[in-house]
Amino acid sequence: MSVSSPRLRPAPRGAGRRRSALLSLSRSTPLIPALVLLVVFLVGPMAFALWGSLTNSALSGYRAAKPQFIGLDNYTALFADKDFWNALLLTLIFVFFSAIVGQNVLGLSLAVLARTGSKVLSRIVSALVVAAWVMPEIVAAFALYAFFSSDGTLNAALKAVGLSGVSWLIEYPMLAVILANVWRGTAFSMLVYSAALSEVPPETDEAAQLDGTNSVQRFFLITLPIIRRSIATNLMLTTLQTLGTFGLIWVMTSGGPGTRSSTLPVLAYQEAFKFAQVGYGTAIAAVTIVLGAVFAILYIKILKPEVES
Amino acid sequence: MRYRTLGAVAATVAAGLVLAGCSTTASGGGDTGERTITVAYQKTSAFHQLDDLLQKVKPEFEAANPGVTVDLQPIESEDEYFTKLALMNGSADTAPDVIYEDTFQLRSDAAAGYLLPIDDYLGKWKDWDQFYDAAKEAGLGDDGKTYGVSMGTDTRAIYYNKDIFAAAGLPTDWQPESWDDIMSAAEAIKAYDPSLIPLNIYGSKSAGEQTSMQGLEMLVYGTDSTLYNTDDQKWITKSSGLTDSLGFYEDLYAKGLATPLDLALDNTIGSRVSTELLPEGKAAMAIDGSWLPGGWIEGENAWAGWENTIGLAKMPTQNGGGDGFTSMSGGWTLAVGAQTTSPKTSFDFIAMALNQENSLKYDTENSQIAVRADVATSDDYLSYNPTFAFFSDLVQYTHFRPATPDYSQISSALQQATESVITGDATAKEATAAYDAELTKIVGAGNTEAGD
Repeated sequence: MSVSSPRLRPAPRGAGRRRSALLSLSRSTPLIPALVLLVVFLVGPMAFALWGSLTNSALSGYRAAKPQFIGLDNYTALFADKDFWNALLLTLIFVFFSAIVGQNVLGLSLAVLARTGSKVLSRIVSALVVAAWVMPEIVAAFALYAFFSSDGTLNAALKAVGLSGVSWLIEYPMLAVILANVWRGTAFSMLVYSAALSEVPPETDEAAQLDGTNSVQRFFLITLPIIRRSIATNLMLTTLQTLGTFGLIWVMTSGGPGTRSSTLPVLAYQEAFKFAQVGYGTAIAAVTIVLGAVFAILYIKILKPEVES
Repeated sequence: MRYRTLGAVAATVAAGLVLAGCSTTASGGGDTGERTITVAYQKTSAFHQLDDLLQKVKPEFEAANPGVTVDLQPIESEDEYFTKLALMNGSADTAPDVIYEDTFQLRSDAAAGYLLPIDDYLGKWKDWDQFYDAAKEAGLGDDGKTYGVSMGTDTRAIYYNKDIFAAAGLPTDWQPESWDDIMSAAEAIKAYDPSLIPLNIYGSKSAGEQTSMQGLEMLVYGTDSTLYNTDDQKWITKSSGLTDSLGFYEDLYAKGLATPLDLALDNTIGSRVSTELLPEGKAAMAIDGSWLPGGWIEGENAWAGWENTIGLAKMPTQNGGGDGFTSMSGGWTLAVGAQTTSPKTSFDFIAMALNQENSLKYDTENSQIAVRADVATSDDYLSYNPTFAFFSDLVQYTHFRPATPDYSQISSALQQATESVITGDATAKEATAAYDAELTKIVGAGNTEAGD
């Protein structure tokens, strides 16, 4: 930068800068209460959790009375634990199949079908799908447990048509919880995409139709690019929601059999509250937070032009 | 306008925080005047006897102590009772005054500072002399102070269905002499009717302490190994007895002689054994505690004629060595919470709940082995339940769990090892190695020694 430029217009710039700084400070004053609330109720607990993960705090015993600071010991133990890597892998599988593939693709398909199908049918289907979503998590989880359990609805239905059932929650625990999460979460994606699709101007569609495109081409070349921002937002929301799913898995399989459906939140609960090692469990929770942040940053980076444009 | 709204919100939040800060000191208390004591205890579909007892004592205690309100807080959980208790103890607002506490958890919770030493009160309680020494020891913390009053003790054995045994061509006065005898009986039952569960032995994490005590430890203490060397105060790693015990589970599941996994891993398995699997004749054998008949004698799970169907067999040692038989004993206590503001009132409540009359009620209805001399020797007690003689007799073979504050965590590691074997995730050897690693993590390498 040239040294002469301040000399050229010294006064206005300095004062202007100060004035605008003052102005922006006074303008952001109303944000201070919100900021304080965020720090107290969001950053505070997170910092406290981070601190907890550096101690050997327990639910009972001497370490409950006097937890000690043990530095990164919990994390070194965690990264050496094959259960943790297993849980990380299961979490990624769970998120990929139930949120990214299941909820998004199914939600979008339902939204598209609802637009093109008969009004009455689409309303009935939408109502059914949304019913799964408005149910409290614990109720949905028990309903799905009753559906998949050995003497449950699914096996009864299979038996009625002459097929022998399987112990779904024992033989295919991951499949069961993935299907359960798809069942429960699809409505959210469907609603987001229905709203997005209704914003697609019919003129562009008609214009493309006149150009001789078929409906598949129109969907991929016209509709998808127009709703891409909704796709980005929805991917992010469903991923983060699914990453934190606990009640559904806990009720259906308790993370079992063994550790075959122990995702990170389940493992964290197990270590902290079943095995009473609160510090260690908190370390797992901290890693889950980091994983969520990684997903969020990835989406923002990859889809940045889409989100900002 | 917006500023004012935000200001109002901020003021409300600030006031809320101040109020929250105050409420911890506003709970009131003391041992005179108006006061409330909360009693935290467990209640499940198969365990209502304690609830019955406390519902009876509450009005009696309130009548005898004007100004006192007894707040009964049942925790309806089979597998997460201690988690909920620990969380309640985390804050003075929710910490109970009287706690129903398992003896294995007592040392741990005393070390955590959740329990109050009650030696001073016990010294002035004339009934305390009636308690057997072993029962007094069960209430001791690591520091030698007494933290709980024993409600009764228990032993464990094999329940078997005599009707099924007869139909399968097995003797109805069956008494196995080794693990192999149990295994061959189970095979005979499977051969007779493959839809039956030949033997229920708890093996899942969700069954909690039942898996450790009614399951794995009934096997381990029947081998030449142990879990904890009391003389050196060291925990045993590389235990061949533990591997053999896990191997028993491995065989049982490999041969299809155990409770199917969907049932075994369910967190209601404990209640279902006593209310469903045994009474409905779905399981032929079950290793379980002496309290089961309590639920069959009366209550909503009453089972008329149970004594004609159920046979009892002592649990044999691995190869019939040692004393030939083994058992495990535990028991529960009533303890005073450390954060109580009414310690004397809380203790007085325990003293009333466990006086001669009430101990008799509880020990008979819940099939406990009485620990008060004036109950154990009374005709009312002895004539109540035909199984008392059998289970009391097992005291000569019985073992106690290691009395250390970290036992409860180690017990969880045992449950994890057992579940990994029954689900086929690990062999008995691998599970033992995983347990050793977990154990070392909990107690430190300096507190372990290699077994045989």
